Amino acid sequence: MTLEDIFKKLKEKFQDGVLELKIPDEKYKGDAFIMIDAKKNHAVLKYLKEEASLLFDNLLCISGVDYKDYFSVVYHLHSYTHLHKVVIKVHLQERENPKLDSAFDLWKGANWLEREIFDILGIHFSNHPDLRRILLPDDWEGYPLRKDYKTQETWHGIKVGM
Amino acid sequence: MGTIQLPEETQKKLDEIVGENILLTTVDKISNWARYSAIWPFTFGLACCAIEMMTVGSPRYDLDRFGAGVFRASPRQADLMIVAGTVTLKMGERLARLYHQMPEPRYVISMGSCATHGGPYWQHGYHVLKGVDRVVPVDVYVPGCPPRPEALIEGILLLQKKIRKDSITRASLKRWFPAKSQTGQVSA
Repeated sequence: MTLEDIFKKLKEKFQDGVLELKIPDEKYKGDAFIMIDAKKNHAVLKYLKEEASLLFDNLLCISGVDYKDYFSVVYHLHSYTHLHKVVIKVHLQERENPKLDSAFDLWKGANWLEREIFDILGIHFSNHPDLRRILLPDDWEGYPLRKDYKTQETWHGIKVGM
Repeated sequence: MGTIQLPEETQKKLDEIVGENILLTTVDKISNWARYSAIWPFTFGLACCAIEMMTVGSPRYDLDRFGAGVFRASPRQADLMIVAGTVTLKMGERLARLYHQMPEPRYVISMGSCATHGGPYWQHGYHVLKGVDRVVPVDVYVPGCPPRPEALIEGILLLQKKIRKDSITRASLKRWFPAKSQTGQVSA
């Protein structure tokens, strides 16, 4: 199925929940993606996984991005049955306490990917079974890949900065 | 120094007993010789420097020539910790703990830029320890990113030179007759 067909199918099913289809052009050089409303995120992902003509049974990657005014979460999906791919983007407008539904119940691999995004960007995933820091120490302060991050002075008596 | 003249009969008997199978040396020299001739490094590869460290142990560079080729996987059997690679803060805490589990005398070589001062992560590496000397005392720093195997061998040779200057007699004297320091506290 081509990306346009996938977009049409999603638009029919969710209407306002699916926002736009971005295709690379002269200005935008990245991958083509489909923008989704954050509230409908879990329902759309569930549909993408379970609908027979889509069947995205493989979650390749979840990424988090900090755009200063808002956060973004990107899902790369792949189907072993139909051998097609899609990129799904969600924007989280809230800066203080960004929240999104976990995709762990759909793909088990989402567990650690979401923990990593929580660890370095501070995006909370509701219904996640074990939302702890994964790489940094448990008592670390702040979220390092946020644009407004400031490193803490000391950690356990060890000076952190230069 | 004059030689002691023994009575002829005594000298004859002494020669019979010990013959020429006797060597004279000092306690310091013999203990240092034993220490620097058999340095057992602790396997502490943390990043790409570890590849160079392994190369030093390979037949081409042959660290065994200097008696330092027996890498141990336990701190309790090791004399030397070669910190080879980037030390994160999380690891820094554990590194100090492992260092304290090593029996004395123990030595540390900081191998490469990362272990010495954070390397390429010195500015934006929020999670990197900026120099392993912030948690353990370092004897020899080996610069490079990563250092050539020859450089690490030179580091080990420098450490051997340093061990030659050690003195267990002076160390024990210090322990038995502790000198009062300026602050009035007794130093070990």
